[in-house]
Amino acid sequence: MARLTDFSEAERKHHLEKIRDLPDFGLTPFVPGPPLRERRVAIVTTSGVHARGDRPFHIGAADYRVITGDTTAADLLMSHVSVNFDRSGFQEDINVVFPIDRLRELEGEGVIGSISNFHYSFMGAAPIRALEPKARELAALLKKDRVDAVLLTPV
Amino acid sequence: MGALGHYLEREGVATAQISLIREQTAAIKPPRALWVPFMLGRPFGAPNEPDFQRRVLRHLLSLFERREGPVLEDFPEDAPAAAAQEDGFACPVSFAPVLAEGRGLTRAMWEEIAQLASWYSLARKRRGRTTVGVFGATVDDAARHVASYVDGPPDTPPVAGWSAGMSVKRACDDVKAYYYEAVAAQPGNLAAKAIEDWFWRETAAAKAFLAIRDICLNSDDESLKPLGKLSLIPRFVTDSLDAAQRKQHST
Repeated sequence: MARLTDFSEAERKHHLEKIRDLPDFGLTPFVPGPPLRERRVAIVTTSGVHARGDRPFHIGAADYRVITGDTTAADLLMSHVSVNFDRSGFQEDINVVFPIDRLRELEGEGVIGSISNFHYSFMGAAPIRALEPKARELAALLKKDRVDAVLLTPV
Repeated sequence: MGALGHYLEREGVATAQISLIREQTAAIKPPRALWVPFMLGRPFGAPNEPDFQRRVLRHLLSLFERREGPVLEDFPEDAPAAAAQEDGFACPVSFAPVLAEGRGLTRAMWEEIAQLASWYSLARKRRGRTTVGVFGATVDDAARHVASYVDGPPDTPPVAGWSAGMSVKRACDDVKAYYYEAVAAQPGNLAAKAIEDWFWRETAAAKAFLAIRDICLNSDDESLKPLGKLSLIPRFVTDSLDAAQRKQHST
């Protein structure tokens, strides 16, 4: 359904206006890595999910929450500020947003090497430039955990 | 999302992202992206569809084996439709039409919450979890906060450091999650649009949120104003209200 032609005129206009405001990042060098079966994978989501008991996201928040690798579905809440996306899928099955069970299966089958001990969650409504310092901080943490494949998943 | 791809990759960490709005991803050109034709909020397609979710995930992972980029590929399948979609949508309880305002409105909301309680418990048992809990421990905590805005005066934020705006936003989110979970108590994936339409068109809770939206828009509190514009009511609801108002003015 996320084809622009499927949205209402007002929704389509909203999303197209966002494109006009995007900064020009140019082309970023393509980081090489080992074969997939040797890669260590982490999820970085912008869905605003976090562990129950952790701080909910504020409007405009550019910081992130840590989700440990052993987090279960019952531990995860969502405090994204937007009301313009579906939450019923996440309520039914976290894997529709945060595919941790599917990753565990692929690890078991040897498709990927391993799964990181830590995953991270931002809230996608943050101003783009405000994400840069936090992303740098995150890159250092990911490298320390030997992650060489990050899955970026929005809502 | 695309910005994070650039930022992380520049620091030497390889990324592959799901794209929900292709035009935005094509403009921002992240290193590796897989566009999926799914609704916003469902980047892996549909709940309880592990084989389908796995196909999306494997396609996304396969982008790490490309030698050069940027890569923007299209996932070739639509998400599986909800099984219950073709049978229509039936709320397990029927609510009286909501006509009341003020205290009558909050009374109607409390009655709905009571009527949905056993369905919510069933849903919680079936799923082994609930997503209620961003504002407080139970839906009653959240509903009391929502009611205080409609009936006046608004309760103060329950946690030090929470603004009035964030508090009432989180309370509304918990109340909405309770309703959404309760109506999906029975197994089988309900169509997202059916749940959304039911909530926003038929419940007293939604009407209470609309009343709070008006309070926010007229408030001098800087934490409440942006809520009224953007973060309490979905655009499809405010757009249809605006269109109805325009029609009323033109007749």
